[in-house]
Amino acid sequence: MKKDKLVIVSRRKIVTGLASTGGLLLVGCSSKELPPTYGNVLRMGDLLTYRAFRMLLPARSLVREYSRSDITSSPATGTSNPADPHQELYNAERGTLYDRLRAGAFADWRLRIEGRVARPRSFSLAELQALSSRTQITKHTCEEGWSAIAEWTGVPLRAVLEAAGILPSARFVNFFAYDDTAEGIDMLDALHPQTILAYGMNGRDLPPAHGAPLRLRVETQLGYKSVKFLERIVVKDEFDDLGKIGSLQNGWAWYVGI
Amino acid sequence: MASVTSGDEPKSSVVGHARWVRLSHWILAASVLTLAFSGFEILMVHPRLYWGKAGNDLTPALFELPISRNYQHGGWAPPVTFFPGASPVVSAARTYDIFNHNSWGRSLHFLAAWFLLITGLIYLVAGLASGHLWRHLVPRLQELAARLLWQDIVSHLRLPMRTARGGPPYGLLQKLTYSAVILIALPLMVLTGLAMSPAVTAAYPGLLDLFGGSQSARTIHFFVFAALVLFLIVHVVMVALSGFARQMRAMTIGD
Repeated sequence: MKKDKLVIVSRRKIVTGLASTGGLLLVGCSSKELPPTYGNVLRMGDLLTYRAFRMLLPARSLVREYSRSDITSSPATGTSNPADPHQELYNAERGTLYDRLRAGAFADWRLRIEGRVARPRSFSLAELQALSSRTQITKHTCEEGWSAIAEWTGVPLRAVLEAAGILPSARFVNFFAYDDTAEGIDMLDALHPQTILAYGMNGRDLPPAHGAPLRLRVETQLGYKSVKFLERIVVKDEFDDLGKIGSLQNGWAWYVGI
Repeated sequence: MASVTSGDEPKSSVVGHARWVRLSHWILAASVLTLAFSGFEILMVHPRLYWGKAGNDLTPALFELPISRNYQHGGWAPPVTFFPGASPVVSAARTYDIFNHNSWGRSLHFLAAWFLLITGLIYLVAGLASGHLWRHLVPRLQELAARLLWQDIVSHLRLPMRTARGGPPYGLLQKLTYSAVILIALPLMVLTGLAMSPAVTAAYPGLLDLFGGSQSARTIHFFVFAALVLFLIVHVVMVALSGFARQMRAMTIGD
């Protein structure tokens, strides 16, 4: 019974998807379920890429996982310390809070899950580490052009979202960080088995410059979606460009599977 | 263009460039120019190239290009070691404010790539269906003789060049060059480009094996880019030398 229902839903989605291919470049202007284009031709191209990838690529393909001997050195770019006022992205209030949490070895740090979930809640680091973990050796691809292979250990985002009870209408998951950045992904990437909340890197605790105590790993997209220094996760029904701290209003593509 | 006709084509059949060839030529030309411009901007952000699965500032480069202030910038905090050894695995935080215009650079690159991909696919289908590819562009086996190749090279070096009619039949060098660009270089650009995408390689990991890793694919992408820029320069020079106005009319209004 349940299986039949799922098939119908996905077929309907496919039909809706196909029906809207004709208006690929225009459809995003009005829909709240797709990234806005703001009438900008570059954002229309981004939207075309997003829709085409979602339509043409098989869902749920796993990215390649490597062996330990493939692990390379990993540059830490972007914010390396949210408490440092000289960093390019800095928020005094959050930075000060982060400094205090780090001084206490993140014992008081909590990850809040809110928005369109049945049971909004927070997790301590110990609570996340008590959930069944996943370790994967994957390639981090930076938009700048470089890449690095590292081993990441964490809890699948899916497990955390399910613990909070995602409502059926939820479509997007947004992530807020202590360095005043925010990113969002769609439910397909959020529920992807390799999308994890990582607390370990190369066999040790996640180093400060790589986003301690917890960072997102979205292996199917470029590096800047893998938000470091996580503070809060917000589940949404509708697309949210996350304002001035989101990638879109800063001129960057929202979906970066390429 | 300036050409030694290969012989087996009756001259009376020449009608210049077909309308779909003219249209796709200019869409592809605009796409390639935009891709070259935005691609160079992207390269300026990380002017280091590698061979293999992964590569970054903390791993050895195949070569580096002094094309932006990011070249060997050296702005790194002292490294922290993950695994010691002959080639230790380390991490270091970047302290240097790099040149980076990839926000619009990347989006422009992929917008142009869509035009290239869609126009290119239509061109290939039309080229196969109309016989244009086999009749005009791909060299015949009997044409691939050293003597004929030499003849065509010599005729290209003789100045002033004969004014060409514009459009097929093409000479041997033209056939070889156009075939290489259309059937080898441009498809290779698309494939090496896709081999750098985490979402595409998740679905088609064979792309990684085909090129020996996404950083190898990036390096091949760069060399084919360089070859295409060389082609573009030679192409424009040859058009200019063989009667620029006549050639431009042939590729635009189809005179």
